[in-house]
Amino acid sequence: MSTSVQRPGPECRIEQLERMAAMLRARIIENSHKTKTPHLGSCLSCVDILVALYFGTLRISPEDPRAPTRDRFILSKGHGAPALFHVLAEKGFYPKATMDAYGENGGVFSEHPPTPDHLPGIEAATGSLGHGLPLGLGMALAGRIHEYDYNVYALLSDGECNEGSVWESAMLAAAQKVERLAVVIDFNKWQATGRSEEVMALAPLTDKWRAFGWSTYEIDGHDLKALVEVLSRVPDGSGKPVAIVAHTTKGRGVSFMEDDNNWHYRIPTQDEVVIAKRELGVAQ
Amino acid sequence: MRNAFADEITKLAAEDPRIVLLSGDIGNKLFDRFKEVAPTRFFNCGVAEANMMGVAAGLALSGLRPVVYTITPFTTTRCYEQIRVDACYHSAPVVIVGTGSGLSYAELGPTHHSLEDLAILRVLPGMTVLAPCDQIELRTLLRLAFHHDGPVYMRIGKKGEPILNKELASTSITIGQAVTLRDGDHVCLIVAGPIASEAIGAAELLAAKGITARIESFHTIKPLDEKRLDRIFRRYPLVAVVEEHSRIGGLGGAIAEWRARQPSGSWAAMLSFGSDDEFMHEVGSQEYARRKYGLTADSIAEQVCAVLRQ
Repeated sequence: MSTSVQRPGPECRIEQLERMAAMLRARIIENSHKTKTPHLGSCLSCVDILVALYFGTLRISPEDPRAPTRDRFILSKGHGAPALFHVLAEKGFYPKATMDAYGENGGVFSEHPPTPDHLPGIEAATGSLGHGLPLGLGMALAGRIHEYDYNVYALLSDGECNEGSVWESAMLAAAQKVERLAVVIDFNKWQATGRSEEVMALAPLTDKWRAFGWSTYEIDGHDLKALVEVLSRVPDGSGKPVAIVAHTTKGRGVSFMEDDNNWHYRIPTQDEVVIAKRELGVAQ
Repeated sequence: MRNAFADEITKLAAEDPRIVLLSGDIGNKLFDRFKEVAPTRFFNCGVAEANMMGVAAGLALSGLRPVVYTITPFTTTRCYEQIRVDACYHSAPVVIVGTGSGLSYAELGPTHHSLEDLAILRVLPGMTVLAPCDQIELRTLLRLAFHHDGPVYMRIGKKGEPILNKELASTSITIGQAVTLRDGDHVCLIVAGPIASEAIGAAELLAAKGITARIESFHTIKPLDEKRLDRIFRRYPLVAVVEEHSRIGGLGGAIAEWRARQPSGSWAAMLSFGSDDEFMHEVGSQEYARRKYGLTADSIAEQVCAVLRQ
């Protein structure tokens, strides 16, 4: 059975996506300031990947968020939740105004994604790293059993690749030739307290995924055209699951945040928000 | 019990296209029949239990009814966070089966013992915890587990366990409702799992001394059959809990918690039979290990007798 929702067509232009990404970055920064939510650097590094997925790749419909044949996306790096929440609001899963309650007691917008029962558009609650890929593999195997043609995408951070469960999952996905499963690695070269390469000897990351039996791609994770092109290629005909290593910059889009790991936890001041928005070309 | 599990899950999978079996690289040939019946719904997930549990939750979130099967420590302590986050937090209807539970694999050493699983599984929100005493309870509870809307953990034995309640109609077994294995007047033995056979042996030894024992199979550790507990603790002067599990946190712990919450009144005294707070460093058979921890019929009967005569 094929999915009823089609991919966004060529009318969805790359320049539009770039403007949307800048606007979303501004909202995420404002939100971080207002609600004192950390992980800003991690959110900014994956905004373009999320925009490429939600506005250029995923066959999903906010009107029918539980359609059995929909594509699935799991934010395995759950600390990027603020970015996802803004993207889902922009996509229309819930009114943008609901985001005003971000971080309020009794609300649903915490620092990590809640369960699908508590927020439309969410496929899995994450926050503890190394869970999204196994969950996604289960969803992809379910698609095979049901004979649906949906794809499952999981976004992982490079630090997350420290987790053994990621590699357990990589091996089973390859053994089962789950070609409708893709991981995107938000490869920003940092984890919470240091360079990801120094903490756990990650290199050669793309080779690792290839050695684990995956079809691999290495792209600029801020190049929306390249992202949409590669993400839409799943399944790629290799008969293998697809790993997309997306080179990114932590804190992308704001000069004083880029590649500065202090922004894993730092909260921007009001002045910094103003400067950031100016740099992003987003009106006050 | 594991053969009964393999047989029953095969029957269930033939009837229910939602059932998917995940095995952690064990059960060589055990599931050959299942693979014939449901070739697209069996996955050997390898020696990688954390991933297996996550995969199960992903299947469950996509409308399927996965059952995860491997040796108890590897399907519980090994992947506890995946059970907590992927299954329980999502209320995903995953059925987790731990085979060779308790001291079934005593001779394999503490890595293969499971004397903590009831404690750590029952604390998880939304988790149902089952310990059938024989294959009649196992088959029925397994069937019911697939109609339960949430995660279920079931610990089972290994092979060759006797059927303890041949007269019991499977239709009278329900999740959350204890089964009376025999009635008696002087003491009530509350049991969970195949260790029930030792409790039955103890009841026979006690009967020879003129003490009649009621035996209740609490195959559901969570949710506890509190109505039954209320009746038992009012009627009997002594209740003895028997489980192949640590005395900390298992069925005895659950019942002690329940008892502590009750208003003051005349409640039965309580004895708790289970393993000591230690790893068993010496080698031994299941029979040896049970004897070491006072979990044999004669040891149970002796202690019950001593307390009643005080």
